[in-house]
Amino acid sequence: MDLIRMTDVQKTYKTGTVALYDVDLTISKGEFVFIIGASGSGKSTLIKMLYREEKPDKGSIMIGGINVAKLKDRKVYILRRKIGVVFQDFKLLPRMTVYENVAFAMEVFSYDKKKIHNRVMEVLELVGLKGKVRQYPNQLSGGEQQRVVIARAIVNNPKLLICDEPTGNLDPDTSMGIMKVLEDINKMGTTIVMTTHNRDIVNKMKKRVVVLNEGKIVQDYERGKYYEVL
Amino acid sequence: MKFFRSINRYFRDALRSVIRNFSLSLASISCITITLVVVALSIVLSVNVDAMTKHVSSNISIVAFLKEEFNATNDKESFETELRKLDNINEIKFKSKKEYAEETKEIDDRFSLIVDSWTDESIPLLDSYEITVKDIELIDDTASKIKGMNFVYTINYGEDYIDSVIKIFDVIEKVCIGGVIALILVTAFLISNTIKLAIFSRKTEIEIMRLVGASNISIKIPFLIEGSFIGILGSIIPIVLMAYGYNTFFNYFGNNLFPASFGSLVSPYPFIFYGAGILLIIGLLVGMFGSSTAVKKYLKI
Repeated sequence: MDLIRMTDVQKTYKTGTVALYDVDLTISKGEFVFIIGASGSGKSTLIKMLYREEKPDKGSIMIGGINVAKLKDRKVYILRRKIGVVFQDFKLLPRMTVYENVAFAMEVFSYDKKKIHNRVMEVLELVGLKGKVRQYPNQLSGGEQQRVVIARAIVNNPKLLICDEPTGNLDPDTSMGIMKVLEDINKMGTTIVMTTHNRDIVNKMKKRVVVLNEGKIVQDYERGKYYEVL
Repeated sequence: MKFFRSINRYFRDALRSVIRNFSLSLASISCITITLVVVALSIVLSVNVDAMTKHVSSNISIVAFLKEEFNATNDKESFETELRKLDNINEIKFKSKKEYAEETKEIDDRFSLIVDSWTDESIPLLDSYEITVKDIELIDDTASKIKGMNFVYTINYGEDYIDSVIKIFDVIEKVCIGGVIALILVTAFLISNTIKLAIFSRKTEIEIMRLVGASNISIKIPFLIEGSFIGILGSIIPIVLMAYGYNTFFNYFGNNLFPASFGSLVSPYPFIFYGAGILLIIGLLVGMFGSSTAVKKYLKI
């Protein structure tokens, strides 16, 4: 079953730069998809459209039954509640502990304290940070911070996890650790869409690879490798 | 249950961020405080000026002196009926020349001697009517109508003096109200900028709230509550200043600040309660408005 269906999507920025051109992309439930391409190829724009940070000028984007292209600003939260987002630059709140940062995403739903506590501890265990709940982000390494972000992204059981270069700031070993966590999450049924520049990761994971060049999808491999495409 | 948990969280978050961003909160609070002090002064001034205008106005009367041929017993009734036909007449009071003579007698012994030498027929004074008007602004018009009436010899009212006093009071009041409105607008603008600064430092927080699926309204409410906290905190000093300041001022000067004809200062109770209420509400609204416009900017995509 399709989770994401992008049809004829086009996006031009106000400056006149064409970021995406005629993009058609279908992603099924439970897939793990890499989106790769050189800088400026449009992969960030594509991924931003998935969580409706950007709107397409043309075309439609259906995610789990929601027409994202036509979603009004004040309704965006409905989409966001169904997806989790992980960034290269983490976006953690520095004045909150690891626990509070993750719980923050659940408090939005006004769950009771006990439910929040149980779920937060569960996901922190999943990402391997159960021992660091009381620490602040600046006391953690880059890899640990990224694990907190992943925990926050999945705490509400999203159907889709969007990762924008999650290993961009991390060393190779730490990156592989993060990929292991993402693979575990994927195995539990969450669809993952991830952009990356990291050749080793793509090669080792052997997942679907979508290649963007100058705003167009130029390749789509079922079990891709990096050398095949660049 | 869920509703109360949300409300609880909104208040907790708002209070927490006032404390966490204390230096910026302080900037917004002082901004409101300074304005509200000036607003408080304007309120005190305009309320007192208004009271004085009313006092002076209610004591202004036209005195119409009647010609010698006016006969109190025969002509009084018809004259009064005719007088009452004029629109702007409030009260009329007849004062005979005999009453004037009695009054004059009481001034001192010399006057008393002179007045005693008069007989009822030879009193060299005139009968008169003291007339108060409903609308003081139309007093000139009413006065000239009375002057044109039968039997009226001359009229007397403090035309120039009254006119200028009322005009001055009017100007003071308008300036006060205009000043208050302008100040409130400027403060709302300043506060929205200060709060914008405060919120800018929390851009990431708002971004993350949006990312994890907080609806715009649930992001906005804590900021609105925060704005009203700031507004309330900012109005404390002006309220205390006004309550104590005005009370002290009143007790010290009381009725002696102005000539008696201007009346006395407005009594501090219940005036300062109303004043405090007005200041609190202005602070609250300005704070809420400021933060609501500031946060709006970050809720767009």
